[in-house]
Amino acid sequence: MSSLDFDVAHLLSGLMVLVCFLMLYQDRLYSLLNTFALHAVVLALAVAWQAYIQAAPHLYVTAAIALLFKGGFIPIALHRLIRRMEIHREVEIVGGVGVTMLFGLALVALSISVMLPVTSSAGTLAREDLAFALSVVLLGLLMMITRRNAVSQVVGFMTLENGLVLAATGAKGMPLVVEISVAFSILIAFIVIGIFLFRIRERFDTVDVSALDTFRGDRQ
Amino acid sequence: MNLSVLSAAIWSIVALLALSACGAVAARTRLAQVLIYPLCAAICAAIGALALWGLLRGGSESLVLPLGVPWIGSHFRLDALAALFLAIVGFGGCAASVYAIGYGRHEAAPARVLPFYPAFLAGMSLVVLAGDAFTFLVSWEFMSVMSWALVMAHHKEPGNTLAGYVYLVMASFGTLALLLAFGLLAGPEGHYDFASMRDLVGARPLAGVALMLALVGTGSKAGLVPLHVWLPLAHPAAPSHVSALMSGIMTKVAIYGFIRIAFDLLGPPQWWWSVALLSAGAVTAVVGLLYALLQDDLKRLLAYSTVENIGIIFLGLGLALAFKANGMGEAAALALVASLLHAINHATFKSLLFFGAGSVLSATGERDLAAMGGLIHRLPFTAALMLVGAAAISALPPLNGFVSEWLLFQAILISPSLPQWLLKFLTPAAGAMLALAAALAAACFVRAYGMAFLGRPRSPAAETAREVDGFQIGAMSMLALGCLLIGILPGPVLDALAPIARVLVGQALPAQSGQPWLMLAPLADHRSSYDGLMVFAFIAVSAAASALLVRAVAAKAMRRAPAWDCGFPDPRPATQYSPSSFAQPLRRVFGALVFGARERVEMPAPGTTGPARFTLRIHDFVWEGLYLPIAAGVGRIAERLNHLQFLTIRQYLSLVFGALVLLLTLLTVWR
Repeated sequence: MSSLDFDVAHLLSGLMVLVCFLMLYQDRLYSLLNTFALHAVVLALAVAWQAYIQAAPHLYVTAAIALLFKGGFIPIALHRLIRRMEIHREVEIVGGVGVTMLFGLALVALSISVMLPVTSSAGTLAREDLAFALSVVLLGLLMMITRRNAVSQVVGFMTLENGLVLAATGAKGMPLVVEISVAFSILIAFIVIGIFLFRIRERFDTVDVSALDTFRGDRQ
Repeated sequence: MNLSVLSAAIWSIVALLALSACGAVAARTRLAQVLIYPLCAAICAAIGALALWGLLRGGSESLVLPLGVPWIGSHFRLDALAALFLAIVGFGGCAASVYAIGYGRHEAAPARVLPFYPAFLAGMSLVVLAGDAFTFLVSWEFMSVMSWALVMAHHKEPGNTLAGYVYLVMASFGTLALLLAFGLLAGPEGHYDFASMRDLVGARPLAGVALMLALVGTGSKAGLVPLHVWLPLAHPAAPSHVSALMSGIMTKVAIYGFIRIAFDLLGPPQWWWSVALLSAGAVTAVVGLLYALLQDDLKRLLAYSTVENIGIIFLGLGLALAFKANGMGEAAALALVASLLHAINHATFKSLLFFGAGSVLSATGERDLAAMGGLIHRLPFTAALMLVGAAAISALPPLNGFVSEWLLFQAILISPSLPQWLLKFLTPAAGAMLALAAALAAACFVRAYGMAFLGRPRSPAAETAREVDGFQIGAMSMLALGCLLIGILPGPVLDALAPIARVLVGQALPAQSGQPWLMLAPLADHRSSYDGLMVFAFIAVSAAASALLVRAVAAKAMRRAPAWDCGFPDPRPATQYSPSSFAQPLRRVFGALVFGARERVEMPAPGTTGPARFTLRIHDFVWEGLYLPIAAGVGRIAERLNHLQFLTIRQYLSLVFGALVLLLTLLTVWR
């Protein structure tokens, strides 16, 4: 493997982590969605680059799926959803942005220190890739728990999914079937969560999930 | 030969399982209700005969079926020990099924019994045949769950759901202990089949812990004090033929599990292991009977008496371990054979007694001794057969209970030659407890039999009772005959047990078949001997002679007259001795210590016309001191954790996230 191959792959994975931080920083839904679309585009690039250096043409399909669905279809659909429900003004971060970002940094450090010793027998590229992928997964989870709004929880969930796809394509010899099923699972998750949003909205006139808790008579 | 005994036995078990499936599908049809029990009886008889053949033929067979855990499969093995207990399961199951042909007709909800009954029999047989830890544990749990379903057959009766719940909790606890025991036995490489566990001898540092876990695990199924609490609740709750199976047979399966682990898989024993067994056995024997003495419910009384007998068997096993650890092979063989024989005997007479209780229950609808009385006139056959069972369990010669307890005492009498001082003192003390238990057992069964069958009827139900049908009497007669035959001809039985002793303790008793007059001389015949046939002949001749004499001399003078009533002619049968008044002297002696019994008499003030009141308070210290605090503790913790059920979605996600981060951090730091 030439050093250029490695550098570009490294750059793209690093970019994914960086875009994750961008997403953590957003406190408006539209800009969050735009950043998520950017995240998906970077993912598509990273996967395509992997396809190129591994000479694995089926990974181009995965890249295309990522680009079309996550970079195009889902953000656009969520945009329309937000417009129809008129929730674009809602500010919905739990805790300060700075604290969240610091915590995110700690998570990245954690995942690197977990991954590098564990995978010492694997190739360099796979190791770096896995470390970044784990960071993306953890940051996605972090987004899910620091947002109140159901839409941004969906976005967090799909960020997490992006991390998984990154990890899967970094490893050599992943069959296409698995990737297609991952793509479909995202689609299904999107549909389910979309329906779920509308149901919440019909019932409670809001998509703030804390409304569910008050309805349940919960002690907050 | 193509079809080995083992594979034939496995096919029989498969047939039982198929029967269970038929029962599940067709339990409501008349055909199934008529056919299932006879088929069960036939299959069980086949299993028993196969096992008996396997035992007499000797040797062992094994079989690996590609079931269960993929890279291990299911091992099955039939050796002498397994064959003995398979024979107990087979013949006990056969008797119970024959009994159930008659008894099952009174069943209100056959659909709740018929599917589980054959499966329960199959489960017990599978435990005995299992040749690896996974098969053993899975069969063990299957057996537990099926018997639980049978306990819950009459779930609407008060108390039965509690019984089922306690049984389920105790069964899970026991299985947990067994699981851990097998984990220790398997060693670091995880050899889960019994053959490689046996070869692992010496490389096992925690053998003592494994033995204690096995004792707890099997003891909770067999009913060792203080793990016995579920027995007196669950055994009476099940239909009577199932009670007989649970009390007579399933506890033996638990004993089998213990013998398999302690004598076979664990390798050479340490002498101190026996201390736990001896003390647990002795305490169980006495406490079980003291509980039994105070019960008014006939089936519950029998369940507590099972606890006592399990204590006796464990005491014998403890002795065998002590002798084996000290290299006293012949004494170990004597103690082991005595325990095994007592297991056979208990299976026989406890099934008989439970059948009798079931007959009384189906004839009168009563389990309460205080509502029975005078049944010897209404149920003459049941009464005679029950008398045999009561005499056998009270260890009266020439019946089988005497033989096994006599052998056990012979083993205890050798114990002063044990080298360890602790055992020198403990064993005679345990022997004294055993003697006390034997005496109390006699008192207990005099009470049970006398209250149920003698005297005048205490309730209209007892007055109008009708004798039960031929199947029930037939099943009871089979078992009573078994009690008598083992009692007068114990020699062949002991000889059949010899291969087991040879494998487990390395030595066997001298062959008994060659003894003159079918005498039993377990050690040297100048030391002690017993001749059941002679005793039987003497009892038969002297009883016949005195009966003839009485008839010849006194029959003309015999007339019936009202009993002397102290000048207060009171026609009500309530003035008879009641069960609690019969137990009162023994309750006075032991009750204050063992049960914290307090009696209080409230007399009305002079001049008032109110009645005097007598109140008796009895505490179950095991239940109140051990189980209720544990239950309360679990309840408190559950209460604390309950608010985890009411978190928000984000809080749940945070929990998952926190756990993930924590684990990852651990992974980083720990290495």
